[in-house]
Formats: sequence, structure tokens, C-alpha cells
Amino acid sequence: MVSQGTKPAAPAPDAPAVVERDRPGAGERVRDALESAWRPLALLVACFAAWWAVTAADLVEDYLVPSPGATFSLLGDKWGYIWHHTWITTYETLLGFAIAVAVGVFAAVIMVYSLTVERTLYPILLFAQVIPKIAIAPLFVVWLGFGIGPKIVVAVLIAFFPVVISMVAGLKAVDPEMIELSATMGAGPWATFVKIRLPASLPHLFSGLKVAVTLAVTGAVVGEFVGANEGLGYVILQANGNLDTPMLFAGLLVMSAIGVVLFVLVEAAEKLLLPWHASRRGGAVTTTY
Amino acid sequence: MRIMSKPESGTAADTATDTAADTGGARNEPAVRMDDVAVRFRSRKRDVTALRDVAMDVAMGEFVAIVGPSGCGKSTLLKLVAGLLKPSSGTVRLRGERVGGPRHDIGYVFQRAALLEWRSARKNILLQAEMRRMPAEQARRRTAELIEMTGLRGFEDALPHELSGGMQQRVALCRALLHEPPVLLMDEPFGALDALTREQLNVEMNRIWRETGTTVLLVTHSIAEAAYLANRVVVMTDRPGTIAEVIDVDLPPERDYAATMARPEFARVTNRIRTLLGAGAAAD
Repeated sequence: MVSQGTKPAAPAPDAPAVVERDRPGAGERVRDALESAWRPLALLVACFAAWWAVTAADLVEDYLVPSPGATFSLLGDKWGYIWHHTWITTYETLLGFAIAVAVGVFAAVIMVYSLTVERTLYPILLFAQVIPKIAIAPLFVVWLGFGIGPKIVVAVLIAFFPVVISMVAGLKAVDPEMIELSATMGAGPWATFVKIRLPASLPHLFSGLKVAVTLAVTGAVVGEFVGANEGLGYVILQANGNLDTPMLFAGLLVMSAIGVVLFVLVEAAEKLLLPWHASRRGGAVTTTY
Repeated sequence: MRIMSKPESGTAADTATDTAADTGGARNEPAVRMDDVAVRFRSRKRDVTALRDVAMDVAMGEFVAIVGPSGCGKSTLLKLVAGLLKPSSGTVRLRGERVGGPRHDIGYVFQRAALLEWRSARKNILLQAEMRRMPAEQARRRTAELIEMTGLRGFEDALPHELSGGMQQRVALCRALLHEPPVLLMDEPFGALDALTREQLNVEMNRIWRETGTTVLLVTHSIAEAAYLANRVVVMTDRPGTIAEVIDVDLPPERDYAATMARPEFARVTNRIRTLLGAGAAAD
């Protein structure tokens, strides 16, 4: 049973150890995609149908709830106007999100590496989180004016928290034995961080990023509500003032679309950057790892 | 209690000593020497003594198994040797040098494979080389050798979650052996595996030890594993952990699994361990 010399080990009895991953063909992929997409799509269609039914049956006045037809034809007619403001809001959202990620990841790293910093920062973080953003937004308008500044600040404030929390959780979830192993390999703190801790924390970070990116849209719009002459928040306020409910609904639809698109983009980035993780957790929509 | 290792002639441990010494150890120094080592953990409620009066020598190229009841400080012992933990009193020497911080001249294998799940098997093994800044060509060649030696060929590019527990542990073993450490520390490396895989890895471990000539300290719960693999078995008492007895295993270095089990010497050693650990611990 014991082999001699440098003969390679016999094949393991626990083979096949590699799980065969099936690589579906194009047709199969389309069918799979349809199969997983038809339920949410059907629900969406049902919602629009209900909306249409309510308006078509004249259950409510037109000026309260416009018909889907009126809303979509307005979207088409005034596309230039809506597109301009959509772009403004998207820009504020992305800038706010980017700053929130940069600051949040940095804060998380220094908090994890220093207990003193964590104890000092944590109460302030929590305080910043529990303050209703809509209540302090006017203050930022006073300080920063009607430009893009206050919108970005509100977006950062609102998106920052889930980034920090998820990144701290990710960095702390590293296998302590892995860190010990790294020490016996003679690795310095930087090498340990870059090769072990950071990659290990990314799945956690991404679940935080998905929350943060949708919140950043909210932040930008809240910023626009309290003082702006551009952006979807402004469009909605204007429409509200004019009792222009089709425009109001159109603004809401576009706003949700921004959130959904950004969410999908973050998820796509996750799949691209962490294929090892995506293949592991299977088909779940979100994950907390 | 002091147990000097015997410079017995004709065993693989001796021939292995030469190769191990070539990797930088002082020839006449034991691989590991512990003097009056004690470890106490301080918690808010009480002090816990994990280890007490531990003294032992492990010669270069020896295979020493450490058995004892759960929580008797076996793992603590390995961490002391690795420099991951400081003794509360006493001294620990590794290859003649007093251990004062994490040591780099060792390989470490844990019960869980502790692999980076985003890296393939090969890249997990190469982590050792990257951290040590080993020359790329040398690391590549050595990895290929180890993959061959441990039967991982064909699985190099698999991610850890695509591998079985036994295969994962083989990867961890390759990673621990990549830099040809003079001392290999193994903390219940096969404890989480099924019985069959475990036996197979035991056979491979015996062969790898003979081929590499490395000094091995193996913590295990399995009495059979200890007796099959080791030159000497250190039996520890319950907390606070002390050394109850050190048993020499008088078996040839090259050990056929089934034949070894049938030998009277194997029965003597396992029975002695069982007696020392008490009937309750003999279930394994």
C-alpha cells in the first residue's frame, strides 16, 4: 500500500474532487434567463395592468392618477427635458456614491486596524446615520448654495453608512488562522492586507454597495427637493406645484429606473470581479455572505 | 520531565536529519526544545493554566505526535513553537534559536485547510512563495513537484470550493511544504476528514515525511494515526496540560498501513496511549 520513492500518489478515493460545471449553450442560456425572469416580469406587467385598469375604469380622477398611456406619451413628448434632468440626478448620484465608497472603505480600514479609531469614530458614525438627512439638507443649501454641492453631500451621507458597516464586517470576517499563517510566511501587514484581507472582504463590501447605490439616488433627490433648479427632484416639485401628475409619475418612473440600472451595474461588477463568489452562492438575488 | 531524543541508528529519522540540516539548522541542535514551559490565559473571571511543566526535545527529522484529551493545550504547544504565542514562563527554542515572534522557518497546517477561496489550488500553494518573495522559477518547480507528490495533478486550477475536503487538505499541505521548512507543524490536519480519506492521507503523510526529511510535530485525536505515523508519541494530561508520558514507537520508518496495524508493537503503543488517556478517551 505504501508506495516507494517518488512515485506520485494514487488517485484519491474521494475523487472526482472537481465539481463539473456545466457550460450551457446559447439557446439553453436564453431559456434559463427567460425562466428566471418571467415571474418578476409578469408581476411588473400585472402592476401596470392594475394601474391601467384603475384609470380606464375611471375609479379615480385623471388629475390624481394619470393613465399609463398619458404618462408614457408625456415621457416621449418631453424626452429632451426629462433626459437633461435625469442626467443631472444620475451625475449627482454617481459622484455621491463614489465619494461614499472611497471615504467608507478608508474609514472601515482604519477602524479595523485601530481599536482606538474604531471607538472614537463609531459613535460619530452612528450619530451621522440617525440624523434624518432630509432635516439637515436645508442646512447644506445654506452652506453650499443651490449648486450640485448639497445634493452630493446628502447622497454621500446617506450612502456612506452601509459601505462602512459592510466593509468593517468583511475585514473582520477574515479567517484568523489565515492571518496566523500569513505571519509564519513572513508577510508584512501590507502584503497580508492586499493578498488576504482585502479580497476576503469584497463579498461583504459588495452587498453593502448594492444597498448604498440605491440610497445614493434617494440622497441626490432629497438634496434636490430642498433647493435646486435642475434634476428629477426639481422636476417632481415643479410638476407637483402645477398639479401635472403625468409629469410627476414620469419623474418617479425614471428615478426608479436609475436606481434599478445602478443596482444591476453594481451586481454585474460583482460578478466580474468576484467570479469565485458568484459561482458559490448560486442564484440568490442579494447576499450577506 | 525531560525526554532526550535517542540518536538511534538506521532509522529514516537519521537519514532525514541530513537533508533537514542542509536547509540551515545547526547540526547538533534539536529541532525543538522546550524548557519548563507554562502558558496561562488571563480572562476577566479567572486565570486558566493551559500548559504546565512542559519540557521536551524533538530531534531533527523526527516525527512526533502529540495526543491528549480535548482542550489540554496541544494546539497551544504548536503555536508556541511557531512563535504565534508567547509562553508565560519557560523557553521555547526552534533549531537552537529562542522563539521570540512568528517564525518563518516552519510550515503550518490547520484542521481546516484555510485556503483563499478566490485562488486556484496552485495559486493557494504559491501564496507561500509570494509572501516570501521566493524566486518565481524555483517556486514554480517546487509547486509542480509537490502537486505530483500529493496526487493533486489535474486539480491545480480548481477553486477550493470545487475540491473535496481531502483535496483541500492536500493543497494546505503543499503550501506548508513549498519553502522546504525544516519543521512542519500540523494541528489535527486530518481531523475533519472521513475515515477512508484520513487513512489514505496518513499513508501519504508517511511517504512525504520520508521523502522530505522534515521534522514533524503532529497534534491529533486519533490514537491509531499517532502510532502509525510517529517515532515518538507525546501523551498529555487534561488541563492544565502536562506531559504524561512519551512513548517510543519501535517501527520501521516505512510503514505499510494494514501490516503496521497488525504488528504487536503497534498494539503495544496504542494500548499504552489508551491506558494513559483513560478508557473514556479511547473511543477514537
